[in-house]
Amino acid sequence: MPIAQQPRPPSKSAALIDFSPEASSLAIRDLSLAYGETQALRHLTLRIPRHRVTAFIGPSGCGKSTLLRALNRLHDLNDAVVRQGEVWLEGEEIHGRGVAVAELRRRVGMVFQAPNPFPMSIYDNVAFGLRLQGGLSKRKRDDTVEWALRAAALWDEVKERLRASAWSLSGGQQQRLVIARTLAVGPEVLLLDEPASALDPISTLKIEELIRNLKSQLTLVLVTHNMQQAARVSDYTAFLQDGELVEYGPTDTLFTNPRLRRTENYITGRMT
Amino acid sequence: MDITGNVHSQHISRQFNQELDELKTHLMAMGGLVEKQVQDAVAALLDSDSSLAERVVANDRAVNDMQIKIDEECTQVLARRQPTASDLRLVLAVIRAASDLERIGDEASKIARNAIELIEADNGNRGFVEVRMISEHVRRMVRDALTSFARLDTELALKLVHEDDEVDSEYKSAMRSLMTFMMEDARAISSVLSVMWILRALERIGDHANNLAEYVVYLVKGLDIRHTDPEDLDKDMLEHGG
Repeated sequence: MPIAQQPRPPSKSAALIDFSPEASSLAIRDLSLAYGETQALRHLTLRIPRHRVTAFIGPSGCGKSTLLRALNRLHDLNDAVVRQGEVWLEGEEIHGRGVAVAELRRRVGMVFQAPNPFPMSIYDNVAFGLRLQGGLSKRKRDDTVEWALRAAALWDEVKERLRASAWSLSGGQQQRLVIARTLAVGPEVLLLDEPASALDPISTLKIEELIRNLKSQLTLVLVTHNMQQAARVSDYTAFLQDGELVEYGPTDTLFTNPRLRRTENYITGRMT
Repeated sequence: MDITGNVHSQHISRQFNQELDELKTHLMAMGGLVEKQVQDAVAALLDSDSSLAERVVANDRAVNDMQIKIDEECTQVLARRQPTASDLRLVLAVIRAASDLERIGDEASKIARNAIELIEADNGNRGFVEVRMISEHVRRMVRDALTSFARLDTELALKLVHEDDEVDSEYKSAMRSLMTFMMEDARAISSVLSVMWILRALERIGDHANNLAEYVVYLVKGLDIRHTDPEDLDKDMLEHGG
């Protein structure tokens, strides 16, 4: 893909791909993060390309979810977290003084492993963020709800029962509802933390199809334990281990011919 | 990245190790059989042994069965394990190699069938010197290709890619001298044509050995050199840290 630049010269974490600032949505610079005494991320530097799907893979405890959560400041709620380094969203440092966290989280939405619809109707779930923002006529709000449900590939399944409880939906539908709720407020980036790990194979494929379709509209970052899933849906993959970025490259080459032994061992299931 | 040594048996899943090892073992067994087929087919001609030639023709079935078995095993590994990286390349290389070995088997049986005709016609041994020379060359290529596969030896594999050019030029010059025989003696045309078919089969075997060598490079380095000019190859390998 043309937006990728040549790999940069070898640093501590070798075999990196880079993107021009113009083609990047997020830029992470020398980011380190610790939970108290436990170091979770170590000096990560990478750019995440706009309108592409980037996957973070790695063994449990490698820091991939921590990294994902750092991208919309979810760690702010935890006093034990110590962060160093920067995260830039479209040229703006997200920890800067002028940045409102609520607005940041609108721009950088997040979907978690277990679907977490609110205990209200399907319609109200999707309209929740819109009502919070206020300023929309009912007509406009209805349109946005429909648009978000269509974008999340759920509209046809729920259009007859928008007033039904969100809990009447299946797990896979609930997950797409949560994605619709996130999309409704118009994010630029969608963070997905194991979005399909609690779902059956068909629902999983629907979510994957959705991820692929959404990338024309926004930047997606996916954390997954399922490497076949990362291989199927992502354009670029970053492999993390022990809080370090080990290898970051086009998904096509990472899964057929990784550059580093550590990556090879992990994706092929070998002892290290 | 490059793979060296016995990397395919270090999985956390021992069953997976075993499956990949079996693929390689079965491919080597097939290679051994095919090598023997080529050797026997040529020996049958040179020693005028038609019963040996008939055995070669009959044995081709065993070669075909082995290909089907290996393909089936590869399908199982792909379906059950979804291999990645060097494991994926191994499975793909084995499928492709088995297909080339099967074709070498077909060529051996072609040689044996032409040998039977030549033995029956009993019309001198024009071109046998060329057959002996080229057959020794391509048999060595097949053997080296299998060795490079077993040892993941890209250096040996690359040597083969260059050797195929030599076989091609030996083949061309043999064809020229056989053409002269035909012009000199019209009654010999039919048997000289049979020898030409045999040479053609040997030349094709060289091509298949060359393919096997290319799969070794793919397996070890992750580089697809199938449509690369041999002249550019070494440079290419160097650039990839080969």
